[in-house]
Amino acid sequence: MNPFSSGTRLRDMIRAIRSCKTAAEERAVVRKECAAIRAAISENDQDYRHRNLAKLMFIHMLGYPTHFGQMECLKLIASSGFPEKRIGYLGLMLLLDERQEVLMLVTNSLKQDLNHSNQYIIGLALCALGNICSAEMARDLAPEVERLLQFRDPNIRKKAALCSIRIIKKVPDLAENFINPAASLLREKHHGVLITGVQLCTDLCKVSSEALEYFREKCTEGLVKTLKDMANSPYAPEYDIAGITDPFLHIRLLKLLRILGQGDADASDCMNDILAQVATKIESNKNAGNAILYECVGTIMSIEDNGGLRVLAINILGRFLSNRDNNIRYVALNMLMKAITVDAQAVQRHRATILECVKDSDASIRKKALDLVYLLVNESNVKPLTKELIESLEASDQEFKGVLTAKICSLVEKFSPEKIWYIDQMLKVLSEAGNFVKDEVWHALIVVISNASDLHGYSVRALYRAFQTSTEQETLVRVAVWCIGEYGDMLVNNVGMLDIEEPITVTESDAVDALEVSIKRLNSDLTTKAMALIALLKLSSRFPSCSE
Amino acid sequence: MIHFVLLISRQGKVRLTKWYSPYSQKERTKVIRELSGLILTRGPKLCNFVEWRGLRVVYKRYASLYFCMCIDEDDNELEILEIIHHYVEVLDRYFGSVCELDLIYNFHKAYFILDELLIAGELQEPSKRTVARLVAAQDSLVETAKEQTSSITNIIAQVANFTIKMLHKGYGPWGSNALHLESLFLVDVCTRLVDQH
Repeated sequence: MNPFSSGTRLRDMIRAIRSCKTAAEERAVVRKECAAIRAAISENDQDYRHRNLAKLMFIHMLGYPTHFGQMECLKLIASSGFPEKRIGYLGLMLLLDERQEVLMLVTNSLKQDLNHSNQYIIGLALCALGNICSAEMARDLAPEVERLLQFRDPNIRKKAALCSIRIIKKVPDLAENFINPAASLLREKHHGVLITGVQLCTDLCKVSSEALEYFREKCTEGLVKTLKDMANSPYAPEYDIAGITDPFLHIRLLKLLRILGQGDADASDCMNDILAQVATKIESNKNAGNAILYECVGTIMSIEDNGGLRVLAINILGRFLSNRDNNIRYVALNMLMKAITVDAQAVQRHRATILECVKDSDASIRKKALDLVYLLVNESNVKPLTKELIESLEASDQEFKGVLTAKICSLVEKFSPEKIWYIDQMLKVLSEAGNFVKDEVWHALIVVISNASDLHGYSVRALYRAFQTSTEQETLVRVAVWCIGEYGDMLVNNVGMLDIEEPITVTESDAVDALEVSIKRLNSDLTTKAMALIALLKLSSRFPSCSE
Repeated sequence: MIHFVLLISRQGKVRLTKWYSPYSQKERTKVIRELSGLILTRGPKLCNFVEWRGLRVVYKRYASLYFCMCIDEDDNELEILEIIHHYVEVLDRYFGSVCELDLIYNFHKAYFILDELLIAGELQEPSKRTVARLVAAQDSLVETAKEQTSSITNIIAQVANFTIKMLHKGYGPWGSNALHLESLFLVDVCTRLVDQH
């Protein structure tokens, strides 16, 4: 038997492809298989349609084009047998996306299948519809799905609920029709139906203010009770994860309560007790527990203020922040960013820990922490925070340096209390990471220096010192060179010394040497060299003795 | 919501992709390439979240496979880790100590199971037992259909064989004509049945 005919079993084709040693070999095998499949398709071969589609799906996952198989999905879906429909719908979901016109052709089959006597076939149709329907299909089939929300079998009700979510997202006008059926789902006992029902209500609230009002008024109490029952539920092996009964349901309920309580004092009042209970009783040694606590904190921070609850929430975040688990620290930082708008002071108290996170070995955490620090800066804490950030600069890797530098420069510019502090910080940044400093930034620095006439001497001396030690930072060299050119005489004669300065001995030829070095150094680019030359020109008029 | 689910091997081979948001075929390839590069290079001690294109991707490595789910910024990352684990446990129960090879040769079954767990990018069923039961029920529907087909095929094959034998043997003049006609009729019926199955 020719191993490459459409007569090969799926397993054999997979084996053949996996045993290929080179990409070219694989392409050859795939090409042969596709040719056989194409032939079978054009002959309208029914026997192997099922298997051929499975093969096509595998080939598709390898990255090869398989659009010629799209109609096969439709034919299989239109067949009467369950196995054919099952693979047909799967193929549809994998090989097509909602933007393709071919998809519309399935609408009729879907309609029939949504009315099928076999509930598993109804399930297949709901799944496919819920995953990839377009807006037109949603509109066409919404009435069927709405009806199925009250089907006798919970398996179908829960699928219909999720399918409805897609429908109202695609066609928000239809949301009104789903409000009542969704509300009745909230009174069910079956966890699958509850979870999907709660999710449907949540999404309804997002697209329809009418829905939000309705659920807020009619369902808040019921939801609070459901959450209470969950929290107090005895051990239920079917739903237990890490000692908690159905953490997923806990989380969905908390999410919906958040939306209902936001901006409404009565609703928020209603849920205070259960939120406190969850926040204090849920164990936080396993991920499931932490996931619930995280959600709970999110809800507390969003609803109307109840001082005690907020304190609880921030405390939980504080604990999270010192957790050794990277995931927990990450979500804590995330939540703290949202908490800033609600209670900035409380977040400020955790500044030290947050700054530690800026030096974390995990790039995701560093970035989050930096974003958070940026939001925490104000006039009163800018000095110590900047100091810490500059220290982190020294320890950070190349990738992070760019981001960190940009943030520091931005902060310094925005909040600097005095010019001299600004110049100092910029100098440090330039020495450490000058190459990451953007042009606008060092241009701005030069402008500030030139406008601060009392600091000319200070600036040029400080720059000269820095220049001696950090010549690899291009931008530092440029600024130094410019200053020496402008204020060379102050440098040499220690003019305008401030109390905090130590005297420095720089002769005219030292200054000129410095400029010469800048021109000659290997790393200097044209801009630097040009600036150095101009600086020399300026000095030649000021230091006539060194003109050579 | 979950925008898509990816299963990638350590060498960057795609074992499963499920898309709940619109991404064209071209976009999908690009996404897979970008995320593979981003995730496969992360060290083992780092957190399981990466920011990507304004979204967040939660990933967890189980043996040689990375399970990745892309979510919105305001979704609960820790919960997604639980959802990933939920899926893995159901797979484990179904295949009996699942390994990557199971998912390669039975990728369609992995998809069927995923479809009982997620629809429209949201969780469908928190009970592993229920998911297992539903998948088993559908599997047995497929088995029953297969058996029916093969038993009908058997009957057809037997009838066809018998008919041909009769035709070859040829009975008495009047008898053989009648038998001949009946045989032809039977062959016709058999052919039609074969066409349907």
